Amino acid sequence: MLSRVADSIYWMCRYIERAENVARFMDVNLQLVLDSIMLQHEQWKPLVKVTGDVDLFNRKYGDASQENVIQFLTFDSDYPNSILSCLISARENARSIREIISSEMWEQVNKFYLLVKDAAQDSSALDRSHDFFDEVKRSSHLFTGLTMDTMSHGEGWHFSRLGRLIERADKTSRILDVKYFLLLPQVEYVGTPYDNIQWSAVLKSASGLEMYRKRFHQITPRQVVDFLIFDREFPRAIGYCLQKAEDSLHAISGTASGTYSNLAERKLGRLNVDLNFTDAQAVIVSGVHEFLDHFQMKMNEVGDAIFETFFAMRPLPGPYSYSYSAQ
Amino acid sequence: MNFSSYDTEGFHDELFDENGKPRPGAAQLIERIESLPEGDLLRRQKAAESALYRMGITFTVYGSDQGTERIWPYDIIPRIVESHDWKVIERGLRQRIYALNVFIQDVYNDRHIIRDKVIPEDIIFSGVSYRPQCQGLTPPGGIWCHVTGTDLVRDRDGSFYVLEDNLRCPSGVSYVLENRQMLKRNFPSLFETSHVRPVEDYPNRLLATIQNAAPVGRNTPRSVVLTPGIYNSAYFEHSFLARQMGVELVEGRDLVVNDGYVQMRTTKGFERVDVIYRRIDDDFLDPMVFRPDSFLGIPGIMEVYRAGRVGLVNAPGTGIADDKVVYAYVPKIIKYYMGEDPILQNVPTYVCWEDKEREYVLENLESLVVKSANESGGYGMLVGTQSTAEQRNEFAAAITANPRNYIAQPTVALSRVPTIVDDHFEGRHVDLRPYVLYGESIYVLPGGLTRVALRKGSLVVNSSQGGGSKDTWVLNAVP
Repeated sequence: MLSRVADSIYWMCRYIERAENVARFMDVNLQLVLDSIMLQHEQWKPLVKVTGDVDLFNRKYGDASQENVIQFLTFDSDYPNSILSCLISARENARSIREIISSEMWEQVNKFYLLVKDAAQDSSALDRSHDFFDEVKRSSHLFTGLTMDTMSHGEGWHFSRLGRLIERADKTSRILDVKYFLLLPQVEYVGTPYDNIQWSAVLKSASGLEMYRKRFHQITPRQVVDFLIFDREFPRAIGYCLQKAEDSLHAISGTASGTYSNLAERKLGRLNVDLNFTDAQAVIVSGVHEFLDHFQMKMNEVGDAIFETFFAMRPLPGPYSYSYSAQ
Repeated sequence: MNFSSYDTEGFHDELFDENGKPRPGAAQLIERIESLPEGDLLRRQKAAESALYRMGITFTVYGSDQGTERIWPYDIIPRIVESHDWKVIERGLRQRIYALNVFIQDVYNDRHIIRDKVIPEDIIFSGVSYRPQCQGLTPPGGIWCHVTGTDLVRDRDGSFYVLEDNLRCPSGVSYVLENRQMLKRNFPSLFETSHVRPVEDYPNRLLATIQNAAPVGRNTPRSVVLTPGIYNSAYFEHSFLARQMGVELVEGRDLVVNDGYVQMRTTKGFERVDVIYRRIDDDFLDPMVFRPDSFLGIPGIMEVYRAGRVGLVNAPGTGIADDKVVYAYVPKIIKYYMGEDPILQNVPTYVCWEDKEREYVLENLESLVVKSANESGGYGMLVGTQSTAEQRNEFAAAITANPRNYIAQPTVALSRVPTIVDDHFEGRHVDLRPYVLYGESIYVLPGGLTRVALRKGSLVVNSSQGGGSKDTWVLNAVP
């Protein structure tokens, strides 16, 4: 498969997954606002902090009101990780590989993009933001389902799954971080009904509340951490994402699992093994935020290794050597 | 909706004769349309438009915001070509393409036609699309123009004329296939017993044509489609054709010259490419040979090509035969190589290079269409009847400064086809671009792109200038 094509499949899926997760962030916060005794303003600032570009936000908006933050993270085309920007990038990537993906997938990316683009021009979209974020999630699910069922599960498909799961693992860690890093300091809430409500909201935003209850019944912070980081069966849990991502890497290279033929496999394999040799209790003792921070750094290294291994277009030796920068 | 108030207004109409009666091949179509429940046709037209939007079947407009995509407007009333007309077109195109191909081979090699003074040497060597880098080349099988899309128009008297030979990278065939698909989906009943010849075979035939251009001795040649990228106006088509043929769509940066061969960069290393259906112009193909500032091409590819280690479709250098000044000589070219009279006529053409003809052109700008020799897509063109004095002055100055670069033709009263305008039918002017493949033999796709000028009275059908398209029905001879 062409390196450029693999790169586009991978990023198309990362961007779609990213858009979905931004909607999830927003959704969890809208739910928290409804149940919270906190001031509305304090509720929205953390979201900007966790998702990214505080400087850009402050320059452009200043005031972290609900409206501003939603506008910024959803429709601001200057912010590269807004839902709209993600869809533009996903579609550009999809456009460059239309002959590789199924027509159904392409049509879904296009429809998804049109949905967000039209909403961006519709001033009433924010009034029904909950419905809108639901639609974003559904559109992403539909895309993922179509990818599962209309594309051959060959090399290209494995790049798509790799992109989606790498992105998802990173974002699940951030969803957890929203609660842990930014809400926990309100010590007076710990163990109160509010605390419970907040943990439920976190699980819900990862579509995990029901599956969590089947496994743990009661909501406790340790078990939520256990579930979202270590569970190997829940598809949005970090443990699940890393395991399947590693499977895809091995399917791409043809190397048996447990052996490593390239940098990407080694980096991801190492991260996965590290996860296997620790548990929720240890994470809580050493600090959940610190753990997640470190994890996100490692995920960036995995991303770099994937780029180096499969996508980097290195100049060739010889008279016709030419160097191109990848996107 | 019905045709009771439809008026051909003295133009040749593709569906109605001069008395307002449906033509024989169109009678059944007209009857079906008129028998539809009120509002049904408009509903189907809307369904077709929204499907195009949803599927992202778009083209890119240059000169407006970067990368602005638009849907190419599509009118669901088809254009019909009856079998006796098509027979003439098919024979005429075979003859023309055959002759043009021999001409290109001759011009880059023995130059008999120049020595025999059939066409002036200066006209060839001053053509901006003449490629000295191709001198002495003979592509596999001696075939240069594998894929052609010749523009035909029909005048008031109903006869077909060749307006332009597009021998470089003609586009539009994806719309032929998509339009047919769209019409079948939205209007299946129209096709029953309508004797429309199928076009769906085109991708298979294109692939066979491409493979035929591979270096000799490659059993299953690896073929690719080379695109400038997603911002090119015809990107949709490049990707569509690659998908339909099941071959890789590559950009210049995916290919490298390595070890004397063209190879592509894959996730598992380099793989050899045997033949390239390239949809980028000669100019951008190889920065070491043509434009050094091109980032779209593959440095060193021409050397590999000359060594016979990669095939290019179309061959570089074909542009000399669709230079609009050379066009004026095509009837002579056919006569010279084949000893036959052309089956399809040229539109009468004034070559500004010739003093007398230039004088005539400058005096009659108001009634002529002026074209620059190497532009396409409706750019660099003056439609005299619809021009302002200022525009005419600009062109007059340009012609005087560079006569070699201009030709002029009388305004052709392009034929018309009924087209949906709001809630009724009006005649709109059309042209026709059939596609010709030159592989083991010369094949003319029974169909083609009918472009329609959607603005009332307009004669410019290009997509960049407010044109749309229609499905083109070539009918089987009814037994």
